[in-house]
Amino acid sequence: MRQVEGGPIDYLALDYLAEVTMSIMQKLRSRDPAAGYARDFAPLMERIFPACISGGVRVISNAGGVNPDAAADAVIEAGRSSGVAGQAKVGLVAGDDLMERLDDLIAAGERFENMETGEPLESILGRVQSANAYLGAAPIVRALELGADVVVTGRCADAALTYGPLMHEFGWHEDDFDRIGAGVAAGHINECGAQATGGNCSIEWWDIPNLADVGFPIVEVSEDGSFVVTKHLGTGGRVTSATVTEQIVYEIGDPAAYITPDAVADFTSLELTDLGDDRVRVTGAKGRSRTDSLKVSIAYSAGWKAVGTLTYAWPDAAAKARAADRILRSRLEGLGLHFEEMRTELVGWDSTHGHLAGEPPADLPEVQLRIGVRAAERAPVERFTREIAPLVLTGPPSVTGFAGGRPRVQEVMAYWPALIRREAVEPHVTVDVREV
Amino acid sequence: MAFVQLVDLAHARSGDKGNNANVGVIAYDPEHYHLLVSQLTSARVKEHFGEIVKGPVERFELPKLHALNFLLHGALGGGGTVSLMNDAQAKVFSTALLRIEIEVSDAVAAAVTGRGRVPAGWTPGEPPGKGE
Repeated sequence: MRQVEGGPIDYLALDYLAEVTMSIMQKLRSRDPAAGYARDFAPLMERIFPACISGGVRVISNAGGVNPDAAADAVIEAGRSSGVAGQAKVGLVAGDDLMERLDDLIAAGERFENMETGEPLESILGRVQSANAYLGAAPIVRALELGADVVVTGRCADAALTYGPLMHEFGWHEDDFDRIGAGVAAGHINECGAQATGGNCSIEWWDIPNLADVGFPIVEVSEDGSFVVTKHLGTGGRVTSATVTEQIVYEIGDPAAYITPDAVADFTSLELTDLGDDRVRVTGAKGRSRTDSLKVSIAYSAGWKAVGTLTYAWPDAAAKARAADRILRSRLEGLGLHFEEMRTELVGWDSTHGHLAGEPPADLPEVQLRIGVRAAERAPVERFTREIAPLVLTGPPSVTGFAGGRPRVQEVMAYWPALIRREAVEPHVTVDVREV
Repeated sequence: MAFVQLVDLAHARSGDKGNNANVGVIAYDPEHYHLLVSQLTSARVKEHFGEIVKGPVERFELPKLHALNFLLHGALGGGGTVSLMNDAQAKVFSTALLRIEIEVSDAVAAAVTGRGRVPAGWTPGEPPGKGE
């Protein structure tokens, strides 16, 4: 809301999808055919729709999840109840969902080898829950050309939510890889909430003003691809070349080859200039030709897990927690339970830096014992969750923090990144624009 | 010569790429970037993390941003929702790397020591409604 009303913007990009989100949405849709998209999106649109229409702000979002069709309908409904009926259009991008086509695609020669491990998909094929190709900007551009005020997609490259509107607005040619590379950089800087504007920022974090009302990033892009990163006037946070650089290096591999469906961007070419007043100019972006393949995100069932915690107090808190861990492990072994993995961490000591934290001092005031287990079957994990609370009465003393009850058993959805030929996906992509 | 912790020379942000962690390290002062390039080698970072990182460490340079990016392979216990780690998304691997010691001149040590840490006596201030 603040982003729409806090000052003039032309486009609002809203990213709703983490890597495993699609599998969760797939699960929801299997129970309810009308579900499977980001449920926050339509209520948000209901609030901002009139301001977007009167202010000429067009919204691009991947909130469609595994059911962009139902998401588009919900947005249309939200538009009607917010009073913009007859004044707005909603664009719907589909065709990223490969789940129904998976067997056909494999029969046609797609291998879907795991990009990280090289393993063949056959090893998990029966357990696949969702499979979606990351689409590029072309369908977003098409929807905008057709007059969509709101574009709803399923899985697409996060950065395409930002560089798609730029390609549309400036008419950047699909082979203009430097400009698209600049748009990719703008999208990457833009896509993680306030992480470019002072949120999660390690540079003098204690001095960053008013994070309670932090401004979200805005990119002001010129036709040549140079852009300024900023935030609305009067909002909290901070934009400097250092805060922007922290976001540029976030969740990347080779910075010279940041791969998207439309270009391979080179972040090492970027030059940042502080303009003052929370404005940073970004120039010099380079890009190279897009690849022949698209990335596919596959999620598959990989068993069950649970994490249990107990808090031990001074004196000798860490020693007590470690003793409790031994007792629990002996109990579980005695019960004949087998786990793929069992992990013990001491929160307040080594759960974030491991052995780099050194040995805990004897006068550590308190520590939380955190034990996680994972197994292919649900039963041993379930049993584990019933073995935590008894430790309070049967194990080492000065223990508390179990009031929350038994740990929750969670299904594990594992992530399987793969590639697919472009030609196997792009002819199936559809763009549909509907009146509110 | 003297040693300072990397936290006084650089800031950092980390995240996950599947079962790999990425740590981007940015020199506060561009003049100190060469210290990172020469001392913060892949081998040194691999040795620093030890058993935490199962696979190789790759390093990438971003000289125009006076930054290095490290990809720590096999650091997240399976990654995503598979991992049992508290920090399964590698959000604070950055600070684990900032513990590493870098050799600098006495002058640099004097200038930067404490740079990356909250000033002594700092408080978050009064809660809303209680201040001026």
